[in-house]
Amino acid sequence: MEFPTALVLNAIIAGLLLGGFYAAVSVGISISFGMLDVVNIAHPAFIILGSYVAYIVNERMGLDPIAVSVVLSPLFFVLGLLLYRIYYLCFEKRGQESLRGLAFFFGILFITEVALVLIFGVDYRMVQTAYSETTWRLGPVDFPMRLVVPFLVSVTMVVGVQLFLTHTFFGRAVLAVAQDQLALRLMGVNPTRVKGLAFALSIATAGVAGAFLIVIQPVQPALGREYIGLVFAVCVLGGMGSIWGTLLGAFVLGIAESFTSTFFGPSWAPAVSFGLLLAALAFKPSGLLGR
Amino acid sequence: MSNRTFAAAAFTIALAIVVASRFIPNDYFFSAAYTVLQFIILATAWNILGGYTGYVNFGSAAFFAVGAYSTVFLYKALHPPLPVMILAGTLAAGVLGLAVGYLTLRMRGVFFAIATLALSVVLYTFVVNWDYVGGARGAYILQPREVPFGLRRYIHLLYSAMVLMTALALVVARAIETSFIGRGLAAIRDDELAAECAGVPTLRLKLFSATVSGALMGMAGTTFPFYLSYVEPSAAFNLSYAVNSIAMPLIGGMMSWVGPLIGAVLLGTVQQVVQVTISSAWNLLIVGVLLVLFVTLAPNGIMGWVDAWRRRRKR
Repeated sequence: MEFPTALVLNAIIAGLLLGGFYAAVSVGISISFGMLDVVNIAHPAFIILGSYVAYIVNERMGLDPIAVSVVLSPLFFVLGLLLYRIYYLCFEKRGQESLRGLAFFFGILFITEVALVLIFGVDYRMVQTAYSETTWRLGPVDFPMRLVVPFLVSVTMVVGVQLFLTHTFFGRAVLAVAQDQLALRLMGVNPTRVKGLAFALSIATAGVAGAFLIVIQPVQPALGREYIGLVFAVCVLGGMGSIWGTLLGAFVLGIAESFTSTFFGPSWAPAVSFGLLLAALAFKPSGLLGR
Repeated sequence: MSNRTFAAAAFTIALAIVVASRFIPNDYFFSAAYTVLQFIILATAWNILGGYTGYVNFGSAAFFAVGAYSTVFLYKALHPPLPVMILAGTLAAGVLGLAVGYLTLRMRGVFFAIATLALSVVLYTFVVNWDYVGGARGAYILQPREVPFGLRRYIHLLYSAMVLMTALALVVARAIETSFIGRGLAAIRDDELAAECAGVPTLRLKLFSATVSGALMGMAGTTFPFYLSYVEPSAAFNLSYAVNSIAMPLIGGMMSWVGPLIGAVLLGTVQQVVQVTISSAWNLLIVGVLLVLFVTLAPNGIMGWVDAWRRRRKR
């Protein structure tokens, strides 16, 4: 097989752009799963929910989906708070989080998906933005704006989350929860409250990532499933609970997928993320930048 | 009751059911009952690894699909009789189960669950790209015109096969549960490290339980292509199999073979009724809501209630 330079360059750029988006999708899982030990397998469902919220507002009022999602992210934050409350009362407090908590989130994923199917049907939905059709060309390389804009906002968001976690008092409390809950309790901090707020933050990032998703591609309710493997792959690949690792893992995955799509066809792309996840789980469970 | 008596009783009842159903005139009954029976097998099989051993498998759909697609492959390649296809699909899924068993070497808890889900998607992608078995377009499987044993229609034969396979699954699950294997598995579930230290051959038991669980799930899928006479990857790998085979044991109770049976009969029947009276999207919603409700409010399922009630009466 030949590898023409232009094709390879385009695949790398597309992979990087896609990787930035993947980072936004997975940063929430890095917080909830990587730091808080809450296996929120329903994370992709909230991404799809975010897509549909952006879609409704865009359809009704013609506003930019990404701007809308940032403005509406407090809604997802509150949703996250509520969800964690239920999870804490029903599972964590009773010490049964492992199996039953997992089944609980699996059920939430399923309910969200079916509810969206009942309301919107199984058709693909898309949004119109000012930049959807624009593409910059730099020599042989294409920069489609519908990928570039989500990429920029997404990387900003992920870096923002990292700075927030390392440079604020609350952020350090979250990192402390990830390390030693008992020590935190001895310092007079309530780990449950910190976890609740951090979990809410993770759901808020999912809502924003949903807007990126619907800008990049049309969305239908069952799409979330494809992202389950992806988010966990990025999280495990990058190293549990490391935000920089998440960014790195997302770029690796984005480029791997983009190459597969370019040279083997898009129908093989899902196998890449899940295959990488399996390999990462089996051979290097601590990830690239793991603790 | 000893296992041998139980097996004899189970197969006698199964045969009696098969014979008695010949007098049911309504064809819809057979197709509805087929679905419920299929769920009983899936739930029972899932429970062998999930309930007894404590390893949550999100990839039930993959095993089911391996059974279904092994039938499609054999149908296209050799066209063997139905029992051969059932046996082959069961073996193929058992091999996959063994592979999943080896995953438990390195992964526990959540990581194992996610790995099985990942496995399911990887296999799905392979089937979508495998043109011989129909790829993404799916494959048509014609039901044979001639129906043996003087049955009226082919669905009756599939139904009868399903009744017998259900009996087999229950017998296997009960035999595992009541033997030293079941006690070993329970030890692994409660504390794997302690079990290993106490001399329980954890790896061998885990491999055994994963293989049996996978094989039974695959068995449930082997007749699926004939049931629908058309298979496509998204139908065979449907996430609802994974959700159902987790929800049913959780709702029924995971500690014994009765739990998945009760859960599957209950949830399967409710789904059939809802599907006919309302719509199929609603029936999935109900499964999800029931799963969440039970897991939050009644963590030990219906059998948990029964046990609590029995204990109270004893006092």
